[in-house]
Amino acid sequence: MAKHDNSTKFNPQMGDAELALLTRLCNAVSVSGDEQEVRAIVTEELRDFADFTKVDAMGNVLVRREGTAESRVRVMIAAHMDEVGFMIVKDEGDGVLEFRVIGGVDPRQLVGKPVTIGRDHVPGVIGAKAIHLTTPEERKQVLKVDQLRIDIGPGSDPKVKVGDRGTFATKLAVLGPSIRSKALDNRLGVFNLIQLVKHAPENVDLLAAFTVQEELGLRGAKIAAFAFDPEIGIAMDSTPANDLPHYDGFENTSHNTKLGDGPAIYIMDRGTIGDQRLIKWLIESAEAEKIPWQFRQPGMGGTDAGEIHKTRAGVPSVSVSVPQRYLHSAAGLIRIEDELNTLKLIHSALIRLDKSILNHQEKK
Amino acid sequence: MKLDLKQHLKEMISAPGLSGYETPIREIIRTAWQPLSDEIRVNNLGSLQAIQRGEGPEPRPRVMIAAHMDAIGLMVTGIDEGFLRFMQVGGVDPRILPGQMVTVHATNAEVARDLPAMVVMPPPALLPKDGKSGPLPQKYLLVDTGLTPDEVNNLVRVGDVISFATEPMELCSESISGHTLDNRASVAAVTVALEMLSKRKHLWDVMAVATSQEEVGGIGAMTDAVAIKPDFAIVIDVTFAKAPGGAGIGNFEMGKVTPLTWGSCNHPALHKAMQATADEYEINVAKELAPTGSGTDAWDIQVAEAGIPVIELGIPLRYMHTPVEVVSLKDIRRAGRLMAEFIAGLPLDFMKTVIWE
Repeated sequence: MAKHDNSTKFNPQMGDAELALLTRLCNAVSVSGDEQEVRAIVTEELRDFADFTKVDAMGNVLVRREGTAESRVRVMIAAHMDEVGFMIVKDEGDGVLEFRVIGGVDPRQLVGKPVTIGRDHVPGVIGAKAIHLTTPEERKQVLKVDQLRIDIGPGSDPKVKVGDRGTFATKLAVLGPSIRSKALDNRLGVFNLIQLVKHAPENVDLLAAFTVQEELGLRGAKIAAFAFDPEIGIAMDSTPANDLPHYDGFENTSHNTKLGDGPAIYIMDRGTIGDQRLIKWLIESAEAEKIPWQFRQPGMGGTDAGEIHKTRAGVPSVSVSVPQRYLHSAAGLIRIEDELNTLKLIHSALIRLDKSILNHQEKK
Repeated sequence: MKLDLKQHLKEMISAPGLSGYETPIREIIRTAWQPLSDEIRVNNLGSLQAIQRGEGPEPRPRVMIAAHMDAIGLMVTGIDEGFLRFMQVGGVDPRILPGQMVTVHATNAEVARDLPAMVVMPPPALLPKDGKSGPLPQKYLLVDTGLTPDEVNNLVRVGDVISFATEPMELCSESISGHTLDNRASVAAVTVALEMLSKRKHLWDVMAVATSQEEVGGIGAMTDAVAIKPDFAIVIDVTFAKAPGGAGIGNFEMGKVTPLTWGSCNHPALHKAMQATADEYEINVAKELAPTGSGTDAWDIQVAEAGIPVIELGIPLRYMHTPVEVVSLKDIRRAGRLMAEFIAGLPLDFMKTVIWE
């Protein structure tokens, strides 16, 4: 019998132990296609809490935690383990390395950044020509990825090889009410899903999918959903909070989400029309527990739900994200209260979950 | 006590000290130089001057060694819904700014506070046409402290300075990366020279100066030269190393060579004398061609009072004025040693040889 923490009294907080786990997760290097570091942390954290754990053909970690209630709903919750980064494609000698980006990174975010390479976390930098040597004309051009190089210092390091992956070297930091870190997309989701497995309510069979290659097109989630064959799918991810001032002082009406306004519930994105019954269930749970929440403005972008809902004969699915500024850059920024409210919302919704919510309303 | 050069440099590049706001870095340098000096003082504009007296009879000739200690950075120009707008102090290519970790030195509250923060690029929907693609002009960039608008309004005021916050990194072959290696690497070389000279007999007085406000135009150095009135001056600053993306004329390889300027910013006799010392002690130097000047303190020291002969040394550095500059400790040690050997070998009548052909 798997170990279990007292589920109904679960009160999420960001204490020292939680912050230490989130820091380990965020500082790990886990670029799409090589998610080993996060996989190792997930497996270790959940060893005593899972009824079944499997690493599948692509490297997803599939964890099943069974409830004890008579009638249980089979809920799949997905959180992707991968992050954006780069791969070393050429060693030009003297510590200079050519690279290609993995996932959606604006090249403007790369210039002048410390990076970390490979399993050994070898430090390097992405430099730029000194301003003194550039012309005004040059400074009007974006530096493209194939013009940039990673520099690990003159000489060479046998620990760095062509084919190694790496990413930004930014370390997690607490900034007042906020957390600043790389890879909050989606280590927050991974962190939350770990907590949910540890505190899973008894009325669900929790099918936790820690997925790979989300940043390359939701690829891990596709096979994880097939294997789990769930009744309901939820993707926990991170979504942009574009809540910055407009350059001209106009009202910002395209914020997507706002920091501090609570978990973001998806109605529609590029890949999924959120299941209306599940959206209603989440909102009712939030209102009942007085948890702040917000709609993510319908628009582009997507989550693992984009694959989950199309699985087999179809899986009613919805996404919930922690609002985050500056995704896919050297560091994103989130509010700790949004993170805790997201975890609280999903947990309290699961406790209230009953198969009847999936009954279609009959037309009168 | 033996100097731990790497630690000394890492400590210096972890300290703030923008042009005009050099106090934090000055105090670190003071701690390092105090035990190596007979007297130490701060000039009217914030430069640190350390005096190591020579053994010649009074009045002794004096050599000034100048390395600027100030850093480039940013300054708050406005507060907008809790985000900071800013301008530059010193020259920064705005293309390196999005996503940089910085520290806001906030002074609005009764107790000043250092706020960790980052430079951010607003999403395209919030920008005009010229901000939607291409490099984002600096006027559209913001600094985010992660605090609420109320907290920011309480803590930060217009005019607060912002430092780069990249942590020092140890790269291959004894190289170090971080911000403000321009010109703390040269300050470290001066420390190396002072340490060597403190154990050596030298006839001349040595006036080591960590100058202020170089990045805004040699302001500290021009006033130090007047206060010190040296017989001649050695200026040390970083120069362009061979690097991906482009190098200067010299294309100096890191870890291999100490450039000596050759151009209008140095006295040719001093160049020859320094070259002779390098030859004698088998120190690898190269001519750094500076046809119209080198953009350093040398330019202002040369024209102080009735004029001062100057020679300039370089430390090859990659990615100048970015927060990920790279230098080699070997170049710092070699430059420090060259200065020490040169000064230790100065005869009392050396200035008789500093003449024009």
